[in-house]
Amino acid sequence: MLYFSKIKIITIFLVTIFLSYLTFSNLFSFDDKLVKNKINLGLDLQGGSYLLLEIDNQPIISQTLQNKLIDLKKFFNDNSIKVKNFSIENNKIFFESDLMYVDQVQSNLLDKDGELNPYFEKFKTHQYILENNENFFNFYLSDYGIVILNSSSLDQAVEIVRRRVDETGTNEPNILKRGNDRILVELPGLDDPARIKSLLGKTANLTFQFVSLTENDSFGTEVLKFDNGIDEAIVSKRIILNGDNLVDAKPRMDTQNNETIVSFTLDRVGAKKFGKATTENVGKQLAIVLDGKIISAPSIREPIVGGSGQISGNFTFQSATDLALLLRSGALPAPLNIIEERTVGPDLGKDSIKAGIISLIIGFSLVVLFMIYKYRIFGLIANLALITNLFLLIGVLTLFGATLTLPGIAGIILTVGMAVDANVLIFERIKEEIKKENNQIIAFDSGYVKSRTAIIDANITTLIAAIILFLMGSGPVKGFSVTLGVGILTTLFSVYFIARLLSSIYVKSNKDKGKLI
Amino acid sequence: MKTIQFNKYYRYFGSLSIILIIISLSFLFFKGLNYGVDFKGGTLIEIRLNNSDHSVSKVRDVFSKSNLPNLTVKNFGNNKDYIVKFQKTNLDNPEFINNLKNEVSKSFPNINFRRVENVGPKVSSELLKSGIIAISLSLAAMLFYIWIRFEWQFSLGAIFALFHDVIITLGIFSFLSLEINLSIVAAVLTIVGYSMNDTVVIFDRVRDNLKKYSDLNIFDLTNQSINETLSRTILTSVTTLLALFSIFFLGGEILRGFSFAMILGVIIGTYSSIYIANPVLVKLNVDHYTVVKKEEDKN
Repeated sequence: MLYFSKIKIITIFLVTIFLSYLTFSNLFSFDDKLVKNKINLGLDLQGGSYLLLEIDNQPIISQTLQNKLIDLKKFFNDNSIKVKNFSIENNKIFFESDLMYVDQVQSNLLDKDGELNPYFEKFKTHQYILENNENFFNFYLSDYGIVILNSSSLDQAVEIVRRRVDETGTNEPNILKRGNDRILVELPGLDDPARIKSLLGKTANLTFQFVSLTENDSFGTEVLKFDNGIDEAIVSKRIILNGDNLVDAKPRMDTQNNETIVSFTLDRVGAKKFGKATTENVGKQLAIVLDGKIISAPSIREPIVGGSGQISGNFTFQSATDLALLLRSGALPAPLNIIEERTVGPDLGKDSIKAGIISLIIGFSLVVLFMIYKYRIFGLIANLALITNLFLLIGVLTLFGATLTLPGIAGIILTVGMAVDANVLIFERIKEEIKKENNQIIAFDSGYVKSRTAIIDANITTLIAAIILFLMGSGPVKGFSVTLGVGILTTLFSVYFIARLLSSIYVKSNKDKGKLI
Repeated sequence: MKTIQFNKYYRYFGSLSIILIIISLSFLFFKGLNYGVDFKGGTLIEIRLNNSDHSVSKVRDVFSKSNLPNLTVKNFGNNKDYIVKFQKTNLDNPEFINNLKNEVSKSFPNINFRRVENVGPKVSSELLKSGIIAISLSLAAMLFYIWIRFEWQFSLGAIFALFHDVIITLGIFSFLSLEINLSIVAAVLTIVGYSMNDTVVIFDRVRDNLKKYSDLNIFDLTNQSINETLSRTILTSVTTLLALFSIFFLGGEILRGFSFAMILGVIIGTYSSIYIANPVLVKLNVDHYTVVKKEEDKN
């Protein structure tokens, strides 16, 4: 165990130098093309906000079923299949056919090549499931149908969230999908997420609908509240235009009456539709509706054909900016709820770093002093291994661009405390061996050999705990599991290569001086 | 070094541990754990006030104007730093925290909101579930590993020791009404790893000695093994505790609960490796042939 080949020594040396170099590259920002990675500070250390959003898919499911119902009606009508009494309840479409059409309904809705109910060969399932009791049918989304619906709405929502966050100019936001219906938003450096929260809390579904004077409108009407929550107006359910046709929106100052407004530009299709509707309805009031609330309902004084317009409505400059931002970035497919929020102010982050570093230095010094007191020259060797271990650990974290959190620093300190364990095990074993063996080299050698299984077993158990924590943990706690786990590996390296190499050099050159440890 | 007769006290400490486990379980059962916002849902706000002529009751008065259910206020460090917790979450209204901040700022103009944590009921129940799964999974994984590396008797001894450590640590947290949050789960998992580590080192020696001496009975053999590894046990506990005390005293409020749980765990884990894991081997009458027979089977 005390023999090292030249190649091995060189490799150990190079690995150590390389990782130590990485460690120091964190402290000094030298321009470097070799390694670009740095340790990232977690939100708990640099300050920032962590938001977990959950998408509420029910409106999407309802909308999809509503559309499907219309498709079905049209299809049966076109093919002269007599069905009636359509309704939607509990996310299921119900209908009944005449008895003689039951087979036709089934063959059409379960046609593997049909458009109405696509079949997914890979998952052996249709998008919808059809069940019937004689001529009474129900038709609903299969599990896989819901999965594809959710994943497409989640993709869309992530995109919109990213646009909105980017528009606010937040530094290096991190936006990720989590599971089937969640979005994780990390905003480093942001100590008050109020604005982003309110931006993300809005679906931003913009529609233009005419105000109806009576409740009798061929498209049906609905009563909507104004933004102030008090006034109401009856509006037609007919949607002239929605936010999809918007290509740009900007806050602007109306020079005539010194009011803040939002001006918008429409795409070609939108401009055409808008022009036609406004031409035919001069004199009517057009309600501008955002998420079911009327922002304003100006009268159309003249046709708007240029494809641009403006929204007024008691805006402050901030609220006009926010509305323009929401309109530019588009509507969310469904509302998002904030289900978890963690915000750390920058000064608490700084305090945490300071506390973490101080306790690391003190903890490290105490362990180092204790080892020297206990083992003298071998304590020194163990300490050299410990320092190298620290460099290796931080070097590896840098290599992977890992995120350092406060519990992560605790993991490093704990590693320092536990790392000496392997050396202690070896030294104690060597002491025992020396009692029976006069040849120092043989005693050292068998000390290393005999302690090996215990060291490996003991470290694997801690590694298991770290891996499970990594798999199950979240956020800062995950940072702890990373440093703990990597710490075990670098500990084994430093004990078996660094400390053993140093011991072997020392023992070989002092083998005749009696008891060495 | 002179030999300490650990085995003379097996019975005595065994009963003590059983009593402690019963007390801990009844605390856990009747009093329960003091879950933090991570597991219970709710809001935690850490504030710093700019001068120190404030008190818990004053801070409480200001916050209670906003009608917050289950409001608790805790002071730490000096008179400037407070942790305010309440049950209400702002899921129904994203502006809630902002409004609260404005409201409180009226009474404390120079207030610094250092940390806001807000966990909805769905997330908190998921976190609790995954915490319980993580601890159970790690116990199972340890059991499995020891079972592969050692005989089943050893595995049983190790698992008794682990349950002992986890139950008593949580029992103490229940008794002292200390908060259980995500970092405590991390601490418990690390304790499981550490305690196992300690047990494995002694068991490794027990197995060695069982192979070596066929005439020594297990009662004396465990004692000899404990003594042979004792200096290592003490040294490692001391260095680990040095690191942990450093975190406890200097690492700040956020790590205090974590390091306290770890300190308890290291002490209990060291004790259980000696007084729980080994007596189980004695009770199961492990002997020379338990370990040697298997080796012969292999050959």
